[in-house]
Amino acid sequence: MTDQDYNFAYLDEQTKRMIRRAILKGLAIPGYQVPFASREMPMPYGWGTGGVQVSAAVLTPEDTFKVIDQGADDTTNAVSIRSFFQRTAGVTTTTKTSDASVIQTRHRIPEEALTEDQILVYQVPIPEPLRFLEPRESETRKMHSLEEYGLMHVKLYEDISRHGHIATSYAYPVKVEGRYVMDPSPIPKFDNPKLGDMAAIQLFGAGREQRIYALPPYTQVVSLDFEDHPFEASKADHPCGLCGAEESYLDEVIVDDAGGRMFVCSDTDYCDARQAAGYKGKDAA
Amino acid sequence: MTPLLSVQGVTKRYGAHIGCADVSFELYPGEVMGIVGESGSGKSTLLNCMAGHLTPDAGQVVFDTRADGPRDTVTMSEPERRMLSRTDWAFVHQHARDGLRMGVSAGGNVGERLMAVGERHYGDIRSKATDWLERVEIDAGRVDDRPTTFSGGMQQRLQIARNLVTGPRLVFMDEPTGGLDVSVQARLLDLLRGLVRDMGLSAIIVTHDLAVVRLLADRLMVMKSGRVVEAGLTDQVLDDPQHAYSQLLVSSVLQV
Ligand SMILES: Nc1ncnc2c1ncn2[C@@H]1O[C@H](COP(=O)(O)OP(=O)(O)OP(=O)(O)O)[C@@H](O)[C@H]1O
Ligand SMILES: [Mg+2]
Ligand SMILES: [Zn+2]
Repeated sequence: MTDQDYNFAYLDEQTKRMIRRAILKGLAIPGYQVPFASREMPMPYGWGTGGVQVSAAVLTPEDTFKVIDQGADDTTNAVSIRSFFQRTAGVTTTTKTSDASVIQTRHRIPEEALTEDQILVYQVPIPEPLRFLEPRESETRKMHSLEEYGLMHVKLYEDISRHGHIATSYAYPVKVEGRYVMDPSPIPKFDNPKLGDMAAIQLFGAGREQRIYALPPYTQVVSLDFEDHPFEASKADHPCGLCGAEESYLDEVIVDDAGGRMFVCSDTDYCDARQAAGYKGKDAA
Repeated sequence: MTPLLSVQGVTKRYGAHIGCADVSFELYPGEVMGIVGESGSGKSTLLNCMAGHLTPDAGQVVFDTRADGPRDTVTMSEPERRMLSRTDWAFVHQHARDGLRMGVSAGGNVGERLMAVGERHYGDIRSKATDWLERVEIDAGRVDDRPTTFSGGMQQRLQIARNLVTGPRLVFMDEPTGGLDVSVQARLLDLLRGLVRDMGLSAIIVTHDLAVVRLLADRLMVMKSGRVVEAGLTDQVLDDPQHAYSQLLVSSVLQV
């Protein structure tokens, strides 16, 4: 098959229209999970087919596209999604956060503040935050429609009773505009405060579960907690070994055969930019 | 005095088959009503119609709400009805696993209703849960254990604690002692009797077991083929049944 055999961004126009409608509905009802008819994509589900379909529906030829996987632009997953859209949409791609107009992400929000000219597309494995305790879809739908969210706190209660603190550190549940409880996808809870009041549009796509949800710019997003166990956006208590950043989310990486470790920014673009600007961490070469 | 619950002409069909037909009665605050009858006589159907789990085909179930006085719960909105069922109502299932979250600790099970009505202080929720475990004679040290590690009797007591923690005014129970060993049943009955007395609970208890109603119920309704064939004070109905079917029921049980 040659490139010309593809529609722009792979999906046919009718499918894109259907997905755009779901996105618009999601933006109109922030945090509400909109069902959509997910299409077969030329990649397995675990690879972010929900995010890919959302990106395909919003990309235009003028866009500049960036893909990050756990903060990095260079993982197999990120590279293959980026090249997929290079091939099927011919869009310019970038690794620079500030140059991108559409960013598809798995497990992170970029460190650099996003702007009103940008769209952040999340890949979502399990969109239903209540699934953990209530497997029946008919019941969770009712709980959302009637705002019966006591169960969400049961999950946090269980966390504290078992670990002494809220141990949920990824996919930490949030309440949107005082209404819908939402799973922010498996981003670290360190990123939760960035979800709220963000200038960019945030779109969430779950392929296998066929759900799309959204946060329009400047939406109120509150992480759930208890009065005596307030939410904390924690991270490893170190500066980045390469760029010295104190405020960024860090990954612990093994650096040699002797089990040596160091903490580095998970957002590779952010770290590279800081190093290029002359910042140096204690482990920098 | 306003009845806490006033049931008028409640009828539920399953297709052409009758679940319960034209049942009417009133329950006053602090009263315990027993419903007895053979298997298939419509006891659970009636109970579920009253508790909002089933929608009756005809009739009214009027509950004296705290906020607005008597309201027909059949025609009120679903959110209102669900709010009642986690605040002023409680429902104890025959099988504890139907009324518990088996994957959640005992404390989480008891705390759920508190969190559902907006309690957000972990320490308070936990201490209320612990108190309630002790009230139903479960060692407070089991607060973090899952109900899967509990015996059948403990599970049933946990289910009761989970239901009573928000101080409901009306408790629906469907065979609360069914499926338990006799000695375990006796202990549970004692506990229930104490709670009903101490909390001034109003309750409707469905059971096969006339010993249960003798011990707990002020009044009794006897059901047959979906209809109430006899109703009255418990001792009167049990000691001097009027209807032929009640006589049969009482005598057959006494022989057991
Ligand atoms: N879901 C249903 N569909 C069809 N018929 C039903 C259904 N549930 C109950 N019935 C019928 O309605 C009648 C009343 O049943 P119900 O379960 O209320 O009796 P019960 O008195 O609670 O019996 P048991 O003591 O065995 O629990 C029975 O004839 C039963 O077969
Ligand atoms: Mg029954
Ligand atoms: Zn860095």
